[in-house]
Amino acid sequence: MNRSRITRVAAVGAASALALGLAACSSDGGGDNDNGDSVTITWWHNATSDPLQGIYEEVAAEFEAENPGVKVEVTGYQNEDLQRTLIPNALQSGDAPDIFMVWPGGEVRSQAEAGHLMDLTEVASESIEAMGASVAPWTVEGKVYAIPYAFGAAGIWYNQELFDEAGIEGTPETLSELEDAVAALKAIDVEPIAVGAGDLWPAGHWWYQFAVASCPADVLETAIPEHDFTDPCWIEAGERLQEWIAVEPFNNGFLATPAQTGADSSNGLIANQTAAMEFMGPWNAGTIGSLTEDGEVPEWLGWFPFPSVDGASGDPGAIMGGGDGFGLSADAPDEAVDLLKYIVSEDVQRRFAESGAGVPTHPAAADALTDPNLQASAAALSEATYVQLWIDSALGPAFGAPLNQAVVNIFAGSGTPQDVVTALEQTAASQ
Amino acid sequence: MTVTQAAPPPVASDTGPAKTQTRAPRRKPGGNNGRKWLEIALFAGPALLVFISFVIVPVALAAVYSLYNWNGLGPLDRFIGLDNYVRAFSDPLFIKAIGNNATIVIASILVQGPLAIAVALLLNRRMRGRGLIRALIFVPYVLAEVIAGLSWKLLLSPRGGINAILEGIGLGHLAKPWLADPDTALWVMFGILTWKYLGFAILLMLAGLQGVPEELHEAAAIDGASWWQTQWRITLPLLGPTIRIWIFLSMIGSLQLFDMVWVTTKGGPVGATNTMAVYMIQYGQGQYGYGSAIAVILFVISLIVALVYQRFAMRRDLAGAITSGVR
Repeated sequence: MNRSRITRVAAVGAASALALGLAACSSDGGGDNDNGDSVTITWWHNATSDPLQGIYEEVAAEFEAENPGVKVEVTGYQNEDLQRTLIPNALQSGDAPDIFMVWPGGEVRSQAEAGHLMDLTEVASESIEAMGASVAPWTVEGKVYAIPYAFGAAGIWYNQELFDEAGIEGTPETLSELEDAVAALKAIDVEPIAVGAGDLWPAGHWWYQFAVASCPADVLETAIPEHDFTDPCWIEAGERLQEWIAVEPFNNGFLATPAQTGADSSNGLIANQTAAMEFMGPWNAGTIGSLTEDGEVPEWLGWFPFPSVDGASGDPGAIMGGGDGFGLSADAPDEAVDLLKYIVSEDVQRRFAESGAGVPTHPAAADALTDPNLQASAAALSEATYVQLWIDSALGPAFGAPLNQAVVNIFAGSGTPQDVVTALEQTAASQ
Repeated sequence: MTVTQAAPPPVASDTGPAKTQTRAPRRKPGGNNGRKWLEIALFAGPALLVFISFVIVPVALAAVYSLYNWNGLGPLDRFIGLDNYVRAFSDPLFIKAIGNNATIVIASILVQGPLAIAVALLLNRRMRGRGLIRALIFVPYVLAEVIAGLSWKLLLSPRGGINAILEGIGLGHLAKPWLADPDTALWVMFGILTWKYLGFAILLMLAGLQGVPEELHEAAAIDGASWWQTQWRITLPLLGPTIRIWIFLSMIGSLQLFDMVWVTTKGGPVGATNTMAVYMIQYGQGQYGYGSAIAVILFVISLIVALVYQRFAMRRDLAGAITSGVR
């Protein structure tokens, strides 16, 4: 054999090996099975900044210290990457992390139906009992598939300094009072309400809130899981939204405004005091804080529950919100169950509350809250007669884009209340 | 002399020269052919393997997924035939996205092409600062898409730099929420795309101009042709292959447009800047069967455009490569 041929064959061999390696690269990993004494638990969450990230790392270290031979690999990923790409791919490839964030409503339902989640009803019954009603959004056909550690209400975040300047006394309790506040803020040349309709979902939240105000609790309870939108209250929601948009309360150029990125996002407009109010979920203090000059949550930031809608046919005590929970993959080791129990224990929940990262779900941890806005949010939740999960989450991931787009069309003046219901019905029909 | 020095050819082995001569022709047809195929397999094999696993198989799988109602979890077991395609073509938002892609394809060719040729002709002359201008024109293309997109988004926002400049020079009445107005957003988007990709077109044209022999210009000058005549009758025809390949790249890029739109508007407002790829990401969420159907439609449209264009516009340029046998 001549030499050049040998090198040629070797080179081709190496290239083929590389190609095979590329083709096979998805099959490595694993290592979550207990061989011998040591067990490695993988844990994925969505906290990418302190204080929450620090708390989780502490919790993992404490758990390792108390359970010799157990190693916890804890990683925080960006929320949307985690929810839409990493977890679905990991579940489908059969190489899922042991403990990971599970989103309530439609998502937990489809993951549980596909058999990817462990039924926690028996193995973690004590923790579930301690949480009370807040596990409901993670319950599918009577079985609990994840335990929430945070649950907060949607409400209006506002700038107390601008409210004072505009001469607004107290906080609006009805929609007509909110309208007066909008007029007062316009008079001092401030954008009254910021909405990131460019990202669709923040505009969607307004419609969801009007739906919660317009639909009686029993309609919400059955219509959403059954995808039945025949009740006239779904049209009423859009009509009330149209009336509200006619007041022109929103910031200039809201159709292209994003929610959380940059100075010109709705969060940014609040942070630099260009706009006075934003209707948002419990995470908003943190995302506004990250856009201020010093990176701190501004002291003037206040919170009040969404005002009652005069004359609406829904339940006036109903409130909307959402939360974060952890579930286990179907084949997670027993140690992972113990770790989950520890994460949602009263001790960890109190530290979570003290940090100001969110509203804890453990009832005994609520008094550890120090942040006045979170306290107000927790109080509003405990007084609510009915808690509705974000409607897009409750319906499932396929509904988000069509529903929110139809709502944004109302914001743009090109869509009708009926269009929203049609979008819901068409999406439901394609499921 | 040389005759004596020319010794009989040295034979390496103990086989006689006569034997090798009789064996060689026999081995050639069979042996060499086999070897040729072995070499083709060994050289093309790895690339082919990668191409098949990462291009052909995913395309085929997407076509399969597109026939199912599948949320990405669990088995593929709800076959729905062509329902996903019917749904896509009956969604006005998707039809609008196809229209937007088509608008950008045509506008890019009509606006960016002549502009790039004009600038390239200008920059092809010897002039002061030519190197600097060439570098500056190419800067937007080198800039990362996300950075360029975010910068434009901030500049064009209602409280952004563009409006501030307009107000500063007394043209405040022209200030508007550029990307938030559904009537103008697509054209603003097209402006950003032109700013971003013009540099690439100019660079390509400049490279093409290097291939136009100077002698032809001299000959034309001797024959008394004006500058315009020279450009029109000599430069442009000889730039033809470059222009045609640029149009090809531009069309495919416009059809698959995603990143700039995603960063600046996410397809909004009200679908005004939506493209097929943006729609696929937004509506494929949690319904991977439907998303796959959109991907297949995008693939088929791009493939047809590419094949038709190669068949009719580029066959001279690619003669013998793809279009062999086509005359």
